[in-house]
Amino acid sequence: MKHTLSVLVENCPGALSRITGLFSGRGFNIESLSVAPTLDPTLSHLTLVTRGDEFIIEQIIKQLNRLVDVYKVVDVSEGEFVEREMALIKVRAEDETRAEILRMCDIFRCKVVDVSPKTYTIEVTGPESKMKAVTELLKPLGIKEIARTGTIAMSREKKSV
Amino acid sequence: MVVEALKREGVEVIFGFPGGAIIDINDALEKDGTIKYVLARHEQGATHAADGYARATGKVGVCLVTSGPGATNTVTGIATAYMDSIPLVVLTGQVPTALIGNDAFQEVDIVGITRPCTKHNYLVKDVKELPRILKEAFYIARTGRPGPVLIDLPKDVQNQKAEFNYPDKIKLRSYNPVVEPHNKQIRRAYRLIEKAKRPIIYAGGGVIISGAHKELKTLAETIHAPVTMTLMGLGAFPGTHEYSLGMLGMHGSYCANMAMANTDLIIAVGARFDDRVTGKVEAFAPLAKIIHIDIDPTSIQKNVKVDVPIVGDSKLALKKLNKIIKEEGRPDEAWRDLHAAWWDQIRAWEKRHPLIYKLEKDVIKPQYVIEKLYEMTKDKDPIITTEVGQNQMWAAQFFKFDKPRTLLTSGGLGTMGYGFPAAIGAQMAFPDRLVIDIAGDGSIQMNIQEMATAMEQRLPVKIVILNNEFLGMVRQWQELFYDKRYAATKFSVTPDFVKIAEAYGANGFRATKPEEVESVLEQGLNAEGLTIMEFAIAKEEGVFPMVPAGKATTEMLLV
Repeated sequence: MKHTLSVLVENCPGALSRITGLFSGRGFNIESLSVAPTLDPTLSHLTLVTRGDEFIIEQIIKQLNRLVDVYKVVDVSEGEFVEREMALIKVRAEDETRAEILRMCDIFRCKVVDVSPKTYTIEVTGPESKMKAVTELLKPLGIKEIARTGTIAMSREKKSV
Repeated sequence: MVVEALKREGVEVIFGFPGGAIIDINDALEKDGTIKYVLARHEQGATHAADGYARATGKVGVCLVTSGPGATNTVTGIATAYMDSIPLVVLTGQVPTALIGNDAFQEVDIVGITRPCTKHNYLVKDVKELPRILKEAFYIARTGRPGPVLIDLPKDVQNQKAEFNYPDKIKLRSYNPVVEPHNKQIRRAYRLIEKAKRPIIYAGGGVIISGAHKELKTLAETIHAPVTMTLMGLGAFPGTHEYSLGMLGMHGSYCANMAMANTDLIIAVGARFDDRVTGKVEAFAPLAKIIHIDIDPTSIQKNVKVDVPIVGDSKLALKKLNKIIKEEGRPDEAWRDLHAAWWDQIRAWEKRHPLIYKLEKDVIKPQYVIEKLYEMTKDKDPIITTEVGQNQMWAAQFFKFDKPRTLLTSGGLGTMGYGFPAAIGAQMAFPDRLVIDIAGDGSIQMNIQEMATAMEQRLPVKIVILNNEFLGMVRQWQELFYDKRYAATKFSVTPDFVKIAEAYGANGFRATKPEEVESVLEQGLNAEGLTIMEFAIAKEEGVFPMVPAGKATTEMLLV
């Protein structure tokens, strides 16, 4: 099962390395990871996507909590939550495909953020499924380069990290 | 500043080895003169000595070494302490901050290297942070589930001057170990205990760390339940008590393993169901409900499924549990009757396969040496340290530990070369007690250089070497599982340990025949100062019972 964990961690050198080290050292998987400071600059918010059965997820959460630098861990995928990813896709745009690409952008509510005579660079935001759909459709037209962020997530309603 | 902070933390002794990047602190220690500094002969020895000091006293052990190789040499010692939850503060020198990352002379990223084997670690970049970090380090090392903390001190930070504001209290928002167990869980535990017909108490090192041995004894005696201990738990419950089944697991007693396999309730206290205890997990205690008391939530539900998890300090949890049992007021006779059939079964197992070995006329049996040693020292309240391997298991099986903190041994990591430096640490803490290292001829050679340290500090440590000219435990596996191909386990050269003792200015005695064992022990134990007693033991003696790795604990190989 896929789980998305929200982790608040002290914003200090080595903290991220403790977390990634824990995953590699104990044989857990990280599917994606994204980190940035919170409103309180002494804390960082880390969103981590991992896989495992309930025992493994329980161990992961406990092991994360055991790290001295980790302030709080929440499995947001336990309840209702929203998740987003972003990708920048540089796609070949020749005369005959330019209009097609723009139409697709319109359907998926993507933005063209850079234009060159032969390419468009498109910004896509959404859940992982949307990233997949867009890349699948653009592939035949010729993707030259792609850069993706990890997932960020947030519980719905009251529950907050 | 570092010295001042160490004094505030009540540090009495530091084990270390100097070098260019730590010379300033050694200098400050010397000038100050309050804290005793023990110069080891290798940083690994210094770290194990600090660990032995910590295990014997319950205080935080402190170790001071230089950068680079000085720091990397402590890694085995740190990992040993980490696996057994021993509080250490390891101070390492580092190259000046401006040179960090430049591959400077004797530079190594020790904070990076020790991240997975410390409870926490720090690189101090600003002298102003130093008091807070030192305070935090000691606090983190000794609270919750204890463990080693490393502080890396760049040379320029050591030299900077700043106002010394040592905090009285600390509060870490990200570190608040749960100490107080949940009342509701304790009550749920009682409901299981109340009904159990075949309960067993399974005690680990956590009982010793939290000082819960009295509470454990009360529990066992109130509900009339048998107690089995892990290697780390030996001493948590008196080994001579009629309710003690001894150690369980790979080399545990037949009775303890059979009882675990047939129990309907395991009361686990400060133990972690590690693979040497459970054997094949799927076949482990199939009929049992499990109550698991541990201060570290990660230990619970890691290897086996638990029915009543209780996160908290063992001592507090057992106190609460005992209180409930008392309040419920079931009469002593009722407890006795409830478990009478269970005890009959246990006594039958004990009778069927007690811990035994065959005495021989011409060769010394190692078990005999340990038994004799026990008989001759049991009234002297000795502290026993062991190396790792057969010597360790024979000591665990044939020496009876009645008090906590009397067996110091590397359980989790299984570090050969641990016992002797640990004995030095323990003897530093208790100069007047009898401290004995039970060693094999392989292990003792891993840190034998520390004999100079013991001589220098005039420590009367006694070393018992069970010499079979083999790396015996590995040889035993080869005998049983590798068609007796003794690859890399036969020593064709073994030094003359008596001469080694003499070379260091210590005493050396040797026994080669069974009838000499007693007199050598007597001479050795009565000799003044550091002493080696070497016993030429049966070369191919094995440790039994034995549960082969990966097998169920009921599939024991017996003598």
